[in-house]
Amino acid sequence: MSRIDTAATGLTRRSLLATGAAVLATPMLSRRAFAQATELTMLAWYGHAEPDIVAEFEAENNVKFVPKYYTGGDNMLGLISQSPPGTFDVILSDAEYVQALNEAGYVEELDPNDYALADYFPEFQNFPGNWADGKLFSMVTRFGFLGVAYNTDALTEAEAANYNVFWDPRLTGKVGHFDWHLPNLGQMSLLNGNANPYDIDEAAWQAVKDKTMSLRPQIGGFFDYGGTFSSLNDGQMLAFCGIGDWITGVLEKSGAKVRSVIPEQGGLQWSECFSIGKDSAKADLAKKWIQYITSAKGQAKSAQMAAYPALVPNQKGWEVLNAENPDEAKRQGMTKEAGNVIDMIRAGRIKYRQWPVQQSLEDWNDFWSEYKGS
Amino acid sequence: MRRPITLYGLTFSLPLLVWQILFFVFPLLFLVALSFWTVKNFTMRPDFDTVNWTTMYGRAVFWQAYGTTFALATAASVLTSTLAFPCAYAIAFKLSDSARRWAVFLMVIPFFTSYLVRVYSWQIFLSDNGIINVILGWIGLGPFPLLNTVGATMIGYLTLSFPLVVLLQLFSLVFIERTLIEAAHNLRCGRLRTVFAVVIPSARVGLVIAALFCFILSFGDFVSPVYLGGGEPTTLSILITDTTKSGQQWPRAAVIALTMIGTLMLVAFAAVKFAYKGKTR
Repeated sequence: MSRIDTAATGLTRRSLLATGAAVLATPMLSRRAFAQATELTMLAWYGHAEPDIVAEFEAENNVKFVPKYYTGGDNMLGLISQSPPGTFDVILSDAEYVQALNEAGYVEELDPNDYALADYFPEFQNFPGNWADGKLFSMVTRFGFLGVAYNTDALTEAEAANYNVFWDPRLTGKVGHFDWHLPNLGQMSLLNGNANPYDIDEAAWQAVKDKTMSLRPQIGGFFDYGGTFSSLNDGQMLAFCGIGDWITGVLEKSGAKVRSVIPEQGGLQWSECFSIGKDSAKADLAKKWIQYITSAKGQAKSAQMAAYPALVPNQKGWEVLNAENPDEAKRQGMTKEAGNVIDMIRAGRIKYRQWPVQQSLEDWNDFWSEYKGS
Repeated sequence: MRRPITLYGLTFSLPLLVWQILFFVFPLLFLVALSFWTVKNFTMRPDFDTVNWTTMYGRAVFWQAYGTTFALATAASVLTSTLAFPCAYAIAFKLSDSARRWAVFLMVIPFFTSYLVRVYSWQIFLSDNGIINVILGWIGLGPFPLLNTVGATMIGYLTLSFPLVVLLQLFSLVFIERTLIEAAHNLRCGRLRTVFAVVIPSARVGLVIAALFCFILSFGDFVSPVYLGGGEPTTLSILITDTTKSGQQWPRAAVIALTMIGTLMLVAFAAVKFAYKGKTR
């Protein structure tokens, strides 16, 4: 029987062995073909190691990024502290956490001469948090503003351009909070007229708490990243506290009727900075990546990141963006026209988001829990 | 009569024991130890300090969240059990064998999809511009606020536990001695009275265990209160994420987690005791 079967299928022992050997060897061949691609680990917010940002750099340098995404600076610090040194080659961090990274010795010192700092707007050349004792530890790569996010069907831009709009009776149960104390309480502090929203004395802190508590009946929910997106997108929430274009920009591009505006009391600024992880075995490649993403070309890409758009600090990056995608440059306010985002910073309308100076982070967090539970 | 432990018996039970020690007892002990650690500048340090316990137990928001979570989980167990019982009863006593197999299959299907996805899809039904409000709008009603309410959270809990509760109830109902029901009917006991006097007491163990599972699942659930309840009221699971989100306060989160585990153990113990009350082996 077996003889007949062999003849019918044309399968001989020799051909079987040959096929088997070829099948077994295939992974080896393909492994050889990709053998040169170096893996570079990146610890970052979601989106930073996606193809729209890294594909070109990966192809040019035969690198493959291995991202580890986090949500929030605390999560990031936790991941680093639980991993052995050298786990992450490139680390993206919000500016207020860079100092903690530096103090804990998680990042390498950078040489300012390696980077196109001269192309940066002057405000970002000596960016606080990037430097400690005259030494550079990280490079700010993108930033954005936090103001009032609103549904354009429900509110006009003029109405939304004031934090008091959150108390509007039309918005009862329709105001959402991005569930993190720092941006929300910072905005309440701005509304209370504090010039340095995070550096406030006990009386001013009490006033911020009282003001925030008075907003509680208006609140329809406390949302994480995904919840913020969906509740703005489906019109469940008509105004949002604690966010900005990094969320509404994505929705706006996909046709949702939402926008962000910097109110007359001012806005907050978040900033993302790249560092090289301590004891990285691929520090040279990591340096090359930071050079790329802070270059004019990289900056234009970063501004249009699919995950969430942002402003960029490199002036030449603005030029590339205006040439490539003038509509997006205009939408985000990165044009040479008066009133652009740098003018807003220069006019003093924007304050850095930072950790509370006179209270502990714990005090702010505890109050936030109480506010939510009330 | 208790049999002596044999090597043969151990070969089968030992892997389970090792598994339990490795992945349940050891992490639990670590959690206990962690609750006494301290945090300085975002870094956890091994320590023996009761500060986390006194801080958490001294905060009104903790007890508020505890009461809310307990009440929500209790309500979910009662509601789910009440809604599931007619369903399980019909499947057990009214359907043919093949229809029953189909019904069981249909109850298993929801587990094919991630619970998170199922909860997100509820948003499409419940939002102000969602399917339910649009349909109500056609007859001139609404829109009613459905999403970000306690009711929506409850729908999430039902999504999580309803199929499981039906299945657990079903398995206890199908094993009821049919002659008991016939005897009740012969003694001129009405249908409804038979259910309360014969069926429910006979299936008590299964019904209580089903409700207990619903309580356990709802008590620790994070997804429904956040994505359907809009994060309010604050439940213990939300409080855990809040606690870890600022300043790396994992030791305090461990206090909350241990309190939850303790509560669940007490509830489970009480439920099992009640379920087997008066039963002899």
